[in-house]
Amino acid sequence: MENNLDNNKKRTGPVLFSKYTRGEGIKKALAMPREDVLFELKSSGLKGRGGAGFPTSTKWMLVAASTASKKFIVCNADEGEPGTFKDRVLLMEYPELVFDGMVIAGYTIGAKTGIVYLRGEYEYLLLQLEEYLMKMRDDNLLGKNILSKEGFDFDISIRLGSGAYVCGEETALIESLEGHRGEPRNRPPYPVNTGYLGFPTVVNNVETLASVPHIMQKGGDWFRLIGTDKSTGSKLLSISGDCEKPGVYEIPWGTTITELLQFVGAQNTKAVQVGGASGICIPKRNFDRHLAYEDIATGGSIIIFNESRDMLHVLQNFMEFFVEESCGQCTPCRIGNTKLLEGVKMIRSGEFTFSYINALKDLGKSMQVASKCGLGQSSPNAFISILENFKDEIFFHNGYGRK
Amino acid sequence: MAKENNPRIPVSQQPFQVQKPEDTTAIGGTISIEVNEKKVSVPFGTTILEACKENQIHVPTLCHHPDLCVAGVCRICVVEVDGMRTLQTACTFPITSPIKIHTSTPMVRKARRHIIDLLLSEHYGECYSCFRNENCELQTLAKEYGVDSYTFGHITTPKFDVDRSSASVVRDMNKCILCKRCVRTCIDLQEVGCLEALDRGHETHVGTFLDKPLAEVICINCGQCINRCPTGALRANDPSDQIWNAIDDPKKHVVIQTAPSPRAAIGEEFGIEPGHSFTGELNSALKRIGFDKVFDTNYTADLTIIEEGTELLNRLKKALVDKDESVKIPQFTSCSPGWIKFIEHFYPEYLDYLSTAKSPQQMFGAITKTFYAQEAKINPADIVTVALMPCSAKKFECNRPEMDSSGFKDVDYGLTTREMAKMIKEAGIFLPEMPKSHFDDPFGDASGAGLIFGATGGVMEAALRTVYELVTGREVPFKNLNITPCRGFEGIKQASVKLENCVDAYKFLEGVEVKFIVAHGTANATKVMEMLKKGELNDVHFVEIMACPGGCLGGGGQPIPTSEEIRTKRAQAIYAEDESLELRKSHENPHVKLLYEKFLTEGPCSEKSHHLLHTHYTKRGKFIS
Ligand SMILES: Cc1cc2nc3c(=O)[nH]c(=O)nc-3n(C[C@H](O)[C@H](O)[C@H](O)COP(=O)(O)O)c2cc1C
Ligand code: SF4
Ligand code: SF4
Ligand code: SF4
Ligand code: SF4
Ligand code: FES
Repeated sequence: MENNLDNNKKRTGPVLFSKYTRGEGIKKALAMPREDVLFELKSSGLKGRGGAGFPTSTKWMLVAASTASKKFIVCNADEGEPGTFKDRVLLMEYPELVFDGMVIAGYTIGAKTGIVYLRGEYEYLLLQLEEYLMKMRDDNLLGKNILSKEGFDFDISIRLGSGAYVCGEETALIESLEGHRGEPRNRPPYPVNTGYLGFPTVVNNVETLASVPHIMQKGGDWFRLIGTDKSTGSKLLSISGDCEKPGVYEIPWGTTITELLQFVGAQNTKAVQVGGASGICIPKRNFDRHLAYEDIATGGSIIIFNESRDMLHVLQNFMEFFVEESCGQCTPCRIGNTKLLEGVKMIRSGEFTFSYINALKDLGKSMQVASKCGLGQSSPNAFISILENFKDEIFFHNGYGRK
Repeated sequence: MAKENNPRIPVSQQPFQVQKPEDTTAIGGTISIEVNEKKVSVPFGTTILEACKENQIHVPTLCHHPDLCVAGVCRICVVEVDGMRTLQTACTFPITSPIKIHTSTPMVRKARRHIIDLLLSEHYGECYSCFRNENCELQTLAKEYGVDSYTFGHITTPKFDVDRSSASVVRDMNKCILCKRCVRTCIDLQEVGCLEALDRGHETHVGTFLDKPLAEVICINCGQCINRCPTGALRANDPSDQIWNAIDDPKKHVVIQTAPSPRAAIGEEFGIEPGHSFTGELNSALKRIGFDKVFDTNYTADLTIIEEGTELLNRLKKALVDKDESVKIPQFTSCSPGWIKFIEHFYPEYLDYLSTAKSPQQMFGAITKTFYAQEAKINPADIVTVALMPCSAKKFECNRPEMDSSGFKDVDYGLTTREMAKMIKEAGIFLPEMPKSHFDDPFGDASGAGLIFGATGGVMEAALRTVYELVTGREVPFKNLNITPCRGFEGIKQASVKLENCVDAYKFLEGVEVKFIVAHGTANATKVMEMLKKGELNDVHFVEIMACPGGCLGGGGQPIPTSEEIRTKRAQAIYAEDESLELRKSHENPHVKLLYEKFLTEGPCSEKSHHLLHTHYTKRGKFIS
């Protein structure tokens, strides 16, 4: 995979991989009143790229409107979803986009401090990013009175996570930043109201922030021309699995899975897992569906499986991941995932009843609505979608159901 | 809503609650919502749980506890809120907009059943061999929701060894449902913090620092976690079998002392509403069980007041007259063993501020195996002393190695209210039906001052009744001797009395404004200690601290459940009994006077009394014991 990453290093794309000069977006934004920045962002229709798809302008507006004495902008660079590596590409190759985006956010919402929560495994990027921040300080893109804008002080610090998937969830991330056990908080109240150290906080994905400088530079209307009506702009995909050209691609929203498979050279594809372990598994018959918030939403992880793959094995992998990565605080997720994994193993050994598997699917539905955070709410997705979409294969052709 | 900056509290444990408006009649002060199709109006920021309770709708809870901040982890309280994709937890959800709530939809009922079933699948333990049988929130829920078939299987071998290392608390994590009430109790209520969730995912469990046995960490033995655990995962270390053995052994003379708080609460174990005392009935029951003598701990509470009060006056004299700067003032009370272990761990450099007087329990043990043995002509080696206490820390206290001034182990066993109720039931006795009887001589009489030791502020009130009268020759200037500033459940109370027209021996105190502080719960103790550190207590003379919220009546050995409402009723029972007594001042207790005439002839704080009735303290670590 590493090799192929280098292969498509000369990246092209409609938004993020298009031309951008460092500082341009900041300059544009600082020339506008804050309300106009928000207006531009709103007209772009930009939604969160971290998975949940919350309108970015609304999130910023809520914090901008607060009168609290301190506010924070946090860049979520925890990138823990299995099969995603697009934020790493942005941080490695396009740091100007991410950091300029944070500066613009700081200006717009009235924050003086930005924090990057960097995935522990990306520690090797730390030095390079710190050097980049030093350069920004030298050029007055960070620090006091940025670009001579009287009264706009802003700086960015980088903090390392330590390897828990759940710490990508924004409230667990904040707990972790505060030095506590990475456990999601109760919501409401939301971070925009009670976030880092109890102050209003915007948490945005790396890619969301990286889109902002382009929007500032070229305008919200330009951005809206790309993608679909409800999903404006483009999306970075981390594509892995059975294909010739895995890697990071920028596509306009609305692309179908078939189109995708074509340009990465995937053959004999049986299934595509969209959205990582917590996403859903799309079988062949649905390959004409679109990647878009209104159809199949995704944080960017695409894993391709060809005919030779054992889908039960795939499912078992995902469930093992959740059993280990659950933070363990709430009942449905802590015990529920164990039960789902047990169920998969029972199918494997042939010692199961269909009524029990149905009871587990039912349990999965309760987990989706009763778990405290997105992890437990989405962990049954794979269980439910794989067992439904690959029923024949799993229970009959592979013979697991025969005993 | 920025959080308080207290580095010792993991902030995740602190509440993130929306503030309710002070004036609910102001615009936006209340919000109209719909609960199960019924329109109601609630103050802004009310939780769904509170709103439902107000409207007689029962929403089940497990991780929620009225004394603790919200957690939202068990998920049993989920309800549907129109327009929201997922179910919401009633205990955490603050109402800030006009929402529509449904508390019993098919989706809600199914989720709750699933949650109970999941908990049961990992719950190793059998109800009929469990001390929480019939008083267990998990069991009740399983019954209410008809979860009776282990849909998702049932664990058949234990995952954890039972931790019996502590003298006070037994932890059986096989019965734990990870509601973290104990964790929040320990850190939020008590600011000890020796319990925390460890590991993650399916391996998550509640444990101590490095998963060490409880006896090796900073647990102060207060047992507050036991009182708030919904299941049988936490219990006190029960010595009742040894006590039965002693009772059954004809060679042993088994003596029991009973503290003031158990009698005000033990009725709850027999289905009686909180707030009724069963002093006389308890005496008869204990006799019938086979205790040879039933004594009243209030007697040594009176003795404590004499010793501790004299010590205070001595300290004041040294400071004011002899100008001795090494004397530590304020003097802190020392009768709560949880508090003692707390200060030993967290403020070891301040141990000199503690009164050296032993707790009433330990004084009783020492006097029983010396004076009483001598009077009754019984070999002290044959005496077994049992202490009925509202407290789990008393078990640790009686096992402290230095508690042997009688030449024997002064108190053999500390027994909690819950364990006593169990013994009474085992003996086939229904306590409320017992005839009343009196305590045994030679310690038969005790004052109401000793009795109110059971409530926070009681020791202070008792001490003031005596000290004021010793110094001025007059009764304390409060109606009916009720020193109301000492009473109530405010976390930290502060007040003062002025000493005027002092008798000759105490002329040096003329005009002195005696200032005192009363605090309960070790979280409040921390606040007081921080004040002391900053020099803010320089003009304070006496500080009472009880480790448990509410004082001993809220002790870790008292009946479960507990809440402020229940504790208030227990306090009322105690104060009512005090007021009904003739004898209400410790120094007027005739049996205490007799003790000083016959046995401690050199008077309070003399060498002999120091040997038998006073103690010393141990510096301990901040992380392990
Ligand atoms: C279990 C879990 C893991 C998550 N991991 C990440 C992550 O690694 N990176 C990320 O940007 N968002 C992650 N999220 C989503 C964040 O909670 C949050 O929605 C996002 O950072 C908001 O940014 P956006 O509005 O820019 O998308 C995760 C959510 C959950 C429930
Ligand atoms: S759903 Fe899972 S990860 Fe999220 S809070 Fe509950 S236990 Fe933790
Ligand atoms: S804790 Fe409750 S459910 Fe568990 S064995 Fe004891 S009584 Fe039964
Ligand atoms: S007994 Fe007290 S100090 Fe010990 S664990 Fe329980 S609450 Fe904490
Ligand atoms: S020990 Fe009891 S109070 Fe603590 S988490 Fe377990 S069940 Fe809850
Ligand atoms: S009682 Fe509400 S989540 Fe546990």
